[in-house]
Amino acid sequence: MVDMLVRTGAVVAPEQPARRRRRGFERATRGLVRWRIVQYVVLTLGAVVMVLPFAYMVGTALSPERWVMPYPPTIWPDNATLDNFVRAINEAGLARYALNSLIVAVVAVVLTLIVSSLSAFAFARLEFPLKEVIFGFYLVTMMIPDLIALLPKFQVLRDLGLTNSWWGLWAVYVSNAVAFNTFLLRGFFSRIPRELEDATRIDGGGTWTFFLRVLLPLSKPALATVAVFAFLGAWDDFWWARLLIQDPDLRTLPIGIQLFFNSHATQWTTVFAATTLAALPEIAIFVALQRYFVNGAFSAGVRG
Amino acid sequence: MVTLTPSVRPLPATRRRSRRMRQLATAAPFVLPGLILVLVFVVWPLIRGIQMSLYDWNLPAPSRSEFIGLDNFVRAFTQDPTFWVAVRNTFLYAIVTVPIQIVLGLGAAVLLNGRIRGRTIYRALFYLPVVTSWLIVSYVFAFLFSDGDGPVNYFFVNIVHILPEPVPWLHETWPAQVPIMVLGIWKGVGWNMVIFLAALQSIPHELNEAAVLDGANAWQRFTRVTLPLLKPTFQFVSVVLIVGAFNVFISVYLLTGGGPEKSTEVLLSYMYNQAFTNLDFGYGVTVGLILGATVMVFGFLQRRITRGAVD
Repeated sequence: MVDMLVRTGAVVAPEQPARRRRRGFERATRGLVRWRIVQYVVLTLGAVVMVLPFAYMVGTALSPERWVMPYPPTIWPDNATLDNFVRAINEAGLARYALNSLIVAVVAVVLTLIVSSLSAFAFARLEFPLKEVIFGFYLVTMMIPDLIALLPKFQVLRDLGLTNSWWGLWAVYVSNAVAFNTFLLRGFFSRIPRELEDATRIDGGGTWTFFLRVLLPLSKPALATVAVFAFLGAWDDFWWARLLIQDPDLRTLPIGIQLFFNSHATQWTTVFAATTLAALPEIAIFVALQRYFVNGAFSAGVRG
Repeated sequence: MVTLTPSVRPLPATRRRSRRMRQLATAAPFVLPGLILVLVFVVWPLIRGIQMSLYDWNLPAPSRSEFIGLDNFVRAFTQDPTFWVAVRNTFLYAIVTVPIQIVLGLGAAVLLNGRIRGRTIYRALFYLPVVTSWLIVSYVFAFLFSDGDGPVNYFFVNIVHILPEPVPWLHETWPAQVPIMVLGIWKGVGWNMVIFLAALQSIPHELNEAAVLDGANAWQRFTRVTLPLLKPTFQFVSVVLIVGAFNVFISVYLLTGGGPEKSTEVLLSYMYNQAFTNLDFGYGVTVGLILGATVMVFGFLQRRITRGAVD
């Protein structure tokens, strides 16, 4: 990649004699055209590499039932069919799992938004004892990856009777997000002008009026970022759902897919019909809310 | 000479206390829900984990666990070769995937920065793997890297003729590192690209124009102007990626299950398998704590070094 940048560098310093400058200019233009071509070729190749695995997934999901690994491997099947999707929904019980995942994720979003915005407001706009200490402490907990405490957290959730219930999942999802979201939203909340707060007070409103009527409506983009990542975090979660949920009626989509995979090992057509359906909401949310992903890219990384 | 006397005298102690009480009363409903959740579900498990690591932990009946002092730690560091295999694989994964992700992500960002048609589409396609869950992409890679006539084998054996015969990618120690690492890189490049693109776009045009006037070619501008300005981004990205690499788990668990014969275990999969396959819960907790401590030490070191470099 870097190597190509070297080869494109043909811009000439202005103090050269006219003829050399013109030759330099032609060279520069040619260089630019070549650079353009390289740019598109490399980007397109990269995009193909990014998309090809998905193409294989969808193509296999559309293949007829009696399927063996085609030789040579083709992406698009000759006689495409939606049978596998029907089978995934009926036999693998995907519809139920998807509904469960949706409920779990939506409630997780609501709870995360409530707890995180309250917390961030306190650190952005209020004074209270130990404020700096608690905030520093949140920054430290942000550095500890969630999964290293998988086992003791499982024990704690057992102690509290939160296994085999969605409350256990919500407890984990929301508590994991508090520190980071406090950090993220605090920055946004503290940029909202002081004058608005003063104006609220002059109109006779208190802290809550300002928080609910003024600050939150102005913070929609930041809250949307938090919501998108809370949703995807809950929708994607594999480990906590796997550890905590035993009741088949409470299983979420990732667990349903894994169980199906384990019982029908390498029946790729139906497995990929299931994963395609599971990936659709993720991709739809991403396409619809792309701009929040750019804001939130920083948070996605922190959450691993 | 005029002496300024402080016009604001400290409040009497009682009034100060009542103001603090009022502050607390206002702030409590905002702070406490989050704080309680963090204390119960983030901090308490860590304390509980330290306690559990000192026991031969009995999950169904914790009160019957046997206290064994530091035996779990001694076992990890001196008596358990598989622990060191997991350490090796985890570090190897970080050493390989982190720099490659950074270089490819930065490269893609440089290519996308500037006037280019279809930038949003390229950016979206590169970001697609980032938003798709690990479970899904792990299964897709298990398929791509299937034994025999899998698509990857077919490509390398029959099309580009690099491999003489199909490789059982998921069933041998060293070949298995390939799908695990390629998956990590493939899934991470888009995130790196977005971060670097944001950083590149925040570099003022004037700096590059000034460098052009000074006769700098593209390469010089890239290495002397752009790269130094990206330094904070590099630091941010590398910390996030290294912590993320230490967390590699689900891809290993689903692609190889840590096998064959535990030779592809990473620390988190080893932790999990110790707890739920070997039913050695206390030892699993210990492995997790050692990893957590490593990540923390690394984070503090990084912060120290970064601060030193800035001063």
